[in-house]
Amino acid sequence: MKNMNIMIVGVGGQGSLLASKILGKAAMDKGFDVKVSEVHGMSQRGGSVVTYVRYGEEVYSPVICRGDCDVIISFELLEAARWLPNLKPGGVIITSLQKINPMPVITGAAVYPENIVGNIKGLGVDIRAYDTESIAREVGNPKTSNVALIGLAQTALGIDNETLRAAVAACVPQKALDVNLAAYDAGVKLAGAV
Amino acid sequence: MKKLMLGNEAAARGLYEAGVRFVSSYPGTPSTEITENTAQYKEIYSEWAPNEKVALEAALGAAVGGGRSFCGMKHVGLNVAADPLFVTAYTGISAGMVIGVADDPGMHSSQNEQDSRHYAKAAKLPMLEPANSAECRDYAKAAFELSERFDTPVIYRLTTRVSHSRSAVELGEREEIPVRPYAKDASKHVMMPANAKRRHYDVEAHLGALAEYAENCPFNTVEENGTALGIITAGNCWNYSKEAYGKTASYLKLGMLNPLPRKMILDFASKHEMIIVVEELDPVIEEHCRALGINVIGKQDGVLPMCGEYSEELLREKLLGDERAFCELADPIPPRPPVLCPGCPHRGVFYTLSKLRLNVSGDIGCYTLGAVAPLSAIDTVYCMGASISSLHGACKVRGEEDKWVSVIGDSTFMHSGLTGLVNVVYNGGNTTTIILDNSITGMTGHQDNPLTGKTLMGEKAPNLCLEDICSSLGVPREHIRAVDPQDLKELETAIKEEVAAACPSVIICRRPCALLKTAVRKPALTVDSSKCVGCRSCMKIGCPCISMDNKKARIDASICVGCGLCEQMCRVSAIG
Repeated sequence: MKNMNIMIVGVGGQGSLLASKILGKAAMDKGFDVKVSEVHGMSQRGGSVVTYVRYGEEVYSPVICRGDCDVIISFELLEAARWLPNLKPGGVIITSLQKINPMPVITGAAVYPENIVGNIKGLGVDIRAYDTESIAREVGNPKTSNVALIGLAQTALGIDNETLRAAVAACVPQKALDVNLAAYDAGVKLAGAV
Repeated sequence: MKKLMLGNEAAARGLYEAGVRFVSSYPGTPSTEITENTAQYKEIYSEWAPNEKVALEAALGAAVGGGRSFCGMKHVGLNVAADPLFVTAYTGISAGMVIGVADDPGMHSSQNEQDSRHYAKAAKLPMLEPANSAECRDYAKAAFELSERFDTPVIYRLTTRVSHSRSAVELGEREEIPVRPYAKDASKHVMMPANAKRRHYDVEAHLGALAEYAENCPFNTVEENGTALGIITAGNCWNYSKEAYGKTASYLKLGMLNPLPRKMILDFASKHEMIIVVEELDPVIEEHCRALGINVIGKQDGVLPMCGEYSEELLREKLLGDERAFCELADPIPPRPPVLCPGCPHRGVFYTLSKLRLNVSGDIGCYTLGAVAPLSAIDTVYCMGASISSLHGACKVRGEEDKWVSVIGDSTFMHSGLTGLVNVVYNGGNTTTIILDNSITGMTGHQDNPLTGKTLMGEKAPNLCLEDICSSLGVPREHIRAVDPQDLKELETAIKEEVAAACPSVIICRRPCALLKTAVRKPALTVDSSKCVGCRSCMKIGCPCISMDNKKARIDASICVGCGLCEQMCRVSAIG
């Protein structure tokens, strides 16, 4: 298999570290060479956060360049738009429809772009957008949107469902195991149904 | 067993396997997780020191005392620890000692982009730099052998992308190394001139031996791929080079950054038609090559940049002229800078300072974000502790002309605010110091400090009292007061009164970080849109939960923690 380049993007505090840990573990369990690059420190305070996950035969750089990403998993719509330039031709964006206004939008210094999904589609990009907040609420924990998105992305990741599900089980807090697996399964099911 | 580990986690694993007994550090991104992880091994005593100088001295004492030791810090922390750092080369050690320092190219979470490799050269200490998590573990172990073999501390340098990337690590067993017997040797450990003069010759002698060692050490490796192009690189830049060039170039990967080899580099250069040096931050390897008479492509000819983080993309663009196709939206994408969290106890302080139009001498921590719009409350931020000391100087030259206060966090105050406050008292200053006591070291991800009553290893610690500390430093008792920063009225009164006082004063704003498990979370507040007049008063506090929707304020219930600050801002009682 050629190297897979996955980006997990969102807003600090949305759980991108957990999502990248799950994906990294699953890729490692499949026997791939893996690099995961995380962001700690100041950017985590509500800033734009990006995590890179790369796996394949041989991976050196922990960072993914513009025009080089196979799958962007986005927890927030504006962040999907921000990282669009990193997508390679033929790549796919799997995004939550959730919108979180950044401070410049809140203060009126900038405008949150309209029709992001439609405009990205208009560029010929494969973007799949889901109401992940509803999925998370339905399974009983609003904080499981991140795991639901991993389920929604499963078929695009080149990792089988069984391995990825086991990685979810291994990485989430054990007291929230059932609800996270439910969110993951709901994501897989919804992606298959679309 | 193989495990996917963060570089910092793998470094801690290496320390564990090397039989390290003692770790003392001060948290700082991107180095923090090394020490958080050593604390997970019960065989290693791990602690947070009040600052990096104390940490390094404690680690030196442990090593001379006979146990393998480590201290960890970020690049700017090494400035604080520079005094003991330089003397350690002269004294040497007994058991091995390693000084971990993490640089932050690209300044993901730092105030400058300094290059710690200069310290290794200046302090005459060997330096190792791993390129991935497996090497983080291997080099940490090997650093102790090097340290004991050459009787010197070793600097172990990381960069953000190595510290904060995960890759596979093969786990090994811990080597139990008994504490060495202590033998008094004043000629080696009492650094007064007569002894230090002799020791300088020893330093130069072991540096010479280390330079020989660098020529054949396991850390410097060559991968030959033809004679056209040779790349000399180190650390994460090796990863970027491998991605950009693959098998089309030969590589000299340097894992030992001080001393740099001479013969090995000359030999490598002589075998290739063109040499490129790929290194982030300063041209340290490049200058070494140029001094050896090698004509290299690098930063000094303007091909590669001096500033910022490198990447595979940057190398492809600058060296190969290869730019990949990408698409983007026509609409501008608003930036998303970090902000103070919902319920952050610092928010009300910066709102009030801004409202009172005071000049603010700021400091290092989450509260640096008080500088960002719409609060825009901070005039200056330099380095740990500078809020108090630099304000003292400003007030001495400006007198009463301006109204200033300094603002510093609890952990930063204990790190290096104390001496600044002593200076204010001793030299007749009358500045007001606001200590933001949120009961934790916040920015780096919640580490305990001398004011939290708990140690890194979870033990109970004496509860140091800020009021008593400031009082014993000489601030008049009646001008030390604690307030709840969530009570805007009380806070404003306190600030007005203490700024007017003709003596040094301290206001302690005491409320736990909103992200702490112990912090009180109340139900989300709502806006009664029939009462809201759209005056935007609630928007002045810069809370990420509040936005305007159809000329009425709206609170995002999914992130609001019910702190009540906006409720106090509303003039028509529409929030509740």
